[in-house]
Amino acid sequence: MQELTITRHNELIDPLLHIWSWQIPVYLFLGGLVAGIMIISGYFVLQGRYKNTTFSTFYLPHIALVLLSFGMFALFLDLEHKLYFWRLFMTFQISAPMSWGSWLLMIVFPALWVNTLIRIPEPFQGKIPLFDRWSAALNEHPNVIKNIGILNMLLGTLLGMYTGVLLSSFGARPLWNSAMLWMLFLVSGLSAAAAFVHLITTDDYERELLAKADNAFLTLELFVFGGFISGLLTNSRVHHEAVRLLLDGPYAPVFWVLVIGLGIVVPLVVQVLAVNHKVKHTPVAPILVLLGGLTLRFVIVYAGQFSHWT
Amino acid sequence: MARFGMVIDTVRCVGCMDCVVACKTENNVPEGFNRDWIAYDVSGSYPTPHMEIRSERCNHCDNPPCVSCCPTGASHVHDVGGVVLVDHDKCIGCKGCIAACPYGARFIHPDGYADKCTFCIHRVEQGQDPACVAVCPTHCMHFGDLDDPNSEVSQLLASRKHHVLMPDAGTKPRIFYLT
Repeated sequence: MQELTITRHNELIDPLLHIWSWQIPVYLFLGGLVAGIMIISGYFVLQGRYKNTTFSTFYLPHIALVLLSFGMFALFLDLEHKLYFWRLFMTFQISAPMSWGSWLLMIVFPALWVNTLIRIPEPFQGKIPLFDRWSAALNEHPNVIKNIGILNMLLGTLLGMYTGVLLSSFGARPLWNSAMLWMLFLVSGLSAAAAFVHLITTDDYERELLAKADNAFLTLELFVFGGFISGLLTNSRVHHEAVRLLLDGPYAPVFWVLVIGLGIVVPLVVQVLAVNHKVKHTPVAPILVLLGGLTLRFVIVYAGQFSHWT
Repeated sequence: MARFGMVIDTVRCVGCMDCVVACKTENNVPEGFNRDWIAYDVSGSYPTPHMEIRSERCNHCDNPPCVSCCPTGASHVHDVGGVVLVDHDKCIGCKGCIAACPYGARFIHPDGYADKCTFCIHRVEQGQDPACVAVCPTHCMHFGDLDDPNSEVSQLLASRKHHVLMPDAGTKPRIFYLT
């Protein structure tokens, strides 16, 4: 028998840590989604699709800029010392993933923006003459356009990884102490982005391609989950206890039903049938994938705070 | 450079909470929050149960995860004694340091910055003991330089059995409990 009683009752800390509420999971989800969109958009740039359609190189990066701004606003809302947020950009702390992430976001915004200049759709041409001139200059150099695609794919990958690395760097939270977490969040971000583009694109080629890609991402996500869980199960006692929070603890119903069942398995089955032309493409599968991705961040952030060393 | 640490004799500690009151008074700790606290750790079973009473606070770790994760450098290791401190004007209140601390030693001050035990560095720099050590009626708390083999804390650690909290977390705490 061991029983520990303490006289401390600090707000947000006791009886169990609950410092991060909805803002952080929403930020991590939107960050992952934007990362996936950058990779997909960059891929389409490399494929030269900007010559035929403006969706993936103009509208998609614009949507990503809006989503990322919402994500950063959620992060801002979480700060307790809000008026001091600019301190993030007065220094670079090499050992702090949050510092890396802050500066990465400062590079992501211009990378997304320059992507929007590759081809400006007709309704927007002539609105800002300077942008039209830059767009024309870019189109005289196809190699520069290719490099913009590569840059977006690279930064998207780093952003998607960062959302996982941020959590796994907190050694005091055993559930997050997994080298698989960055991979899980990156694949989940790619899956959510594929589902998002599948949901809103008007281009049949892109919808079909991204439904197939999403099936691959969802399948990969299941394997990564397997690695994440087995890695923690075979680690020390505290890590074992931490992952049990998801497997058969208080977070198990949400994890198994909403994240794995409705967030991955059901949409995977529906989309496999859709790409094999057994059923029509509907918004159901991509919406489930997006909700599953959001719920995943909530479960990992909340259960991770619940997990602790003893 | 000195490396300040604390040695607490759990055999002498009676859990009177004088250290807690002294800290709150000395450091003007806001109502509802604590920089230090008492832990009653009961283990074993009848007829040989064991209770250890500990006065706990920030462990001012040699490997402080709260410092390495701070994105603004607000959490830092002080030049004097290697004490872990927070620069209030640099802290953005991201709470990363709170998530990184396995001891739950930090909290968000009502003014928005992360707060915790400072080893009463303002007193120590004037040659005094931290307030909690100074008021302890059983003299169970000892403060000093762990790198000085002749200091009281080093002598106690050399002569008595002791342990630290959560050694497996890898933080290398500098608060030692004599058993």
